[in-house]
Amino acid sequence: MARVVVDVMLKPEILDPQGRAVQGALGRLGLSGVADVRQGKQFVIQVDGDLTGDRLALMHKLAEELLSNPVIENYSLTVEADA
Amino acid sequence: MTDTVSAAQANPDASQPFAELGLKPDEYERIREILGRRPTSSELAMYSVMWSEHCSYKSSKVHLRQFGEKAPKTDALLVGIGENAGVVDIGDGWAVTFKVESHNHPSYVEPYQGAATGVGGIVRDIISMGARPLAVMDPLRFGPLDAPDTRRVLPGIVSGIGGYGNCLGLPNIGGEVVFDATYLGNPLVNALCVGSMRHEDIHLASAKGIGNLVVLYGARTGGDGIGGVSVLASETFDADGPAKRPSVQVGDPFMEKLLIEATLEVLHAGLVEGIQDLGGAGISCATSELASNGDGGMNVWLDRVLLRDQTLSPEEILMSESQERMCAIVTPAKLDEFMALIKKWDVEAVVIGEVNASGRLTVDWHGEQIVDVPPRSVAHDGPVYERPYHRPSWQDSLQADTPDSLPRPTDGEQLRATLINLIGAPNLASKAWITDQYDRYVLGNTVLAQPEDAGMIRVDETTGRGVAISTDCNGRYAKLDPYNGAKLALAESYRNVSVAGAKPLAVTNCLNFGSPEDPEVMWQFSEACRGLADGCLELGVPVTGGNVSFYNQTGDTAILPTPVVGVLAVIDNVDKRTPMAWSAPGQIVYLLGDTRDEFAGSEWAHHVHGHLGGLPPVVDLQRERVLSEVLVAASLSGTIAAAHDISDGGIAITLTEMAMKSGIGVKASVPAGFDPFVFCFAESTGRAIAVVTAAHESVFIASCSTAGLPVTRLGETGGDAVEIVGQFSASITELRRSHEATIPAIFAN
Repeated sequence: MARVVVDVMLKPEILDPQGRAVQGALGRLGLSGVADVRQGKQFVIQVDGDLTGDRLALMHKLAEELLSNPVIENYSLTVEADA
Repeated sequence: MTDTVSAAQANPDASQPFAELGLKPDEYERIREILGRRPTSSELAMYSVMWSEHCSYKSSKVHLRQFGEKAPKTDALLVGIGENAGVVDIGDGWAVTFKVESHNHPSYVEPYQGAATGVGGIVRDIISMGARPLAVMDPLRFGPLDAPDTRRVLPGIVSGIGGYGNCLGLPNIGGEVVFDATYLGNPLVNALCVGSMRHEDIHLASAKGIGNLVVLYGARTGGDGIGGVSVLASETFDADGPAKRPSVQVGDPFMEKLLIEATLEVLHAGLVEGIQDLGGAGISCATSELASNGDGGMNVWLDRVLLRDQTLSPEEILMSESQERMCAIVTPAKLDEFMALIKKWDVEAVVIGEVNASGRLTVDWHGEQIVDVPPRSVAHDGPVYERPYHRPSWQDSLQADTPDSLPRPTDGEQLRATLINLIGAPNLASKAWITDQYDRYVLGNTVLAQPEDAGMIRVDETTGRGVAISTDCNGRYAKLDPYNGAKLALAESYRNVSVAGAKPLAVTNCLNFGSPEDPEVMWQFSEACRGLADGCLELGVPVTGGNVSFYNQTGDTAILPTPVVGVLAVIDNVDKRTPMAWSAPGQIVYLLGDTRDEFAGSEWAHHVHGHLGGLPPVVDLQRERVLSEVLVAASLSGTIAAAHDISDGGIAITLTEMAMKSGIGVKASVPAGFDPFVFCFAESTGRAIAVVTAAHESVFIASCSTAGLPVTRLGETGGDAVEIVGQFSASITELRRSHEATIPAIFAN
């Protein structure tokens, strides 16, 4: 059993209107000094067996092409092997 | 290490990556001649982006001149070609500005954001003239409906247009959706915006008045689409992997809404001397155009620009295409008031420069000069190419390959099957799945929207004065004959606003073509420009502005030449408009105009036989003018109950569309001497279906006779089917089933 965590974030140069809105709200609600907010999404995927070799390569490919929009987003992928 | 002017003088022989930035060796040499030294890297960035095809119109300029040279005399034009958008007088002190632009390449790379920022960009062109945006329209072209790439780009583009426009609160009142194999891998996303203002509120992009300040306001500058304008808009797509995709711009429609309100408020308060939106080429374009149109020079402190990403280099800041930004020229005395109003709308603003008497555009970066150029050399005196062109070798054989030998339906049953098939063909099928995603009625001034012939908007809520707009182009006609194809696009658009009862006033265009480096494509372009300019002169409607999009091709295959033509028309009172569909049984149906055996480039030849060849329908602009005058007069006098343009698919399709819209059928006879197939499906131009009540019949007929317009009684409305007497009958239910199933079958779920 492997646990795959894929984090998807807008690329740093891409405008994040939602993050900007949250940043404004944090300030209005009393949290001063908020320099920046970026919003993303996280996928947690449970996979039977080990995730190595071709299966891991395929997971990376799907993380890039299905879970993220490679034109405007980056992803990071970590695999945690469950005992 | 920042490259400065003094470094460029001290180190004149440093090699520079001009080719990577899209500049040709002779263009680079010319920059060195203009400056008398090598450019700094910031100057190189500015020239490369401003001299790109997209910004400089270097290949199209020599042909576009005709729109000015052949412009018909008219009092309606308040601001002509060259400004952000043309401005037209529609009476009662009202002026209307409208323009269409392409966002084809960005929409292929990232459909949602590409299409969304296309809407955002054209809206800013309209507000920078001082007008309040009223509505948008989107002419779209895609590859075959069932192609996998169409499934990728179409939903993204449609939701991008809908998402941005709906958030902004602007109705989307029409446009086109056309499918053809040549657009596969190169969809066309054209965006039109129309806005209104009082005559005294017109503003222009110029930086006048020494000592005046240059204020940048709106969203912060980030790394969006750096190099996008020259790279995205001027290079062809190859089958590159995802890693090579350039970064695209992301829009924020809520910021744009604030920008509209803030801009209109400072303009109406008289706080602005000149104004320019930031689109392609960002700060490079805005500062050089403002300075070039002004009377002095300009100095910019680039380090004052508010950044979203602090690591941006000065070159990147100059080229950034971050959305939702504007640049205003403000006198020092009014600066505080200006800043206070902008701040009220929660918009950030900063003084980035000053108008001076130097005659130069200079840019400083933390105390060092990084740009020192004559502004005209950047903005207006870019390269001009007389690109070679010649008639394609295949043009004669294409025109000789007429559709005459294609098998035609021979009896009523076959005609019926042809109608059911065609009404569900991708190009004729209901586009409701797409247009239902757009808010067509927000603001409450939409009078007509899709699927009517034209979009119509009320401008003055007291008098009911309004405008109608239609955009049209049949790229197949343009391929068969680019000169007449452009005239046919103009004729159809002109006819579409006329059937709604509005008087045509002015034209905008979006000329979508393949590579200008291909002499055969260049010939198509030159012929289309000549045709459109001649057509506008003949019809007395001037071109007020437009946009050229080249390099629309995948590999060596260019798209169909697609000169999209938008016609703006005025109606004194929108209550007098003519709807497209009849409203009751027993109304009398007339055909206006002449029908000929014309099928080359028709929807029937395309959809049923996959055939394209021959010469397109004859275009008769004098007939179009007469038809328009009769229809507009009948609308004013209230003698006409409904009217609908006859174009793609012919009379049978027109009658079917009217029946489906009203829910009431029609019984029409084939006039004596006509072949039933030609009557039903030929695409002769200069025609419309007119519907009158018995009370007005004789007056209407007399008006046609006086004008010399052929008029033929076809039959009456009634029942629940489209019946061609003696040939066939198809129920509205069955026709709707075919018409409404096609597009949802691919995209719904």
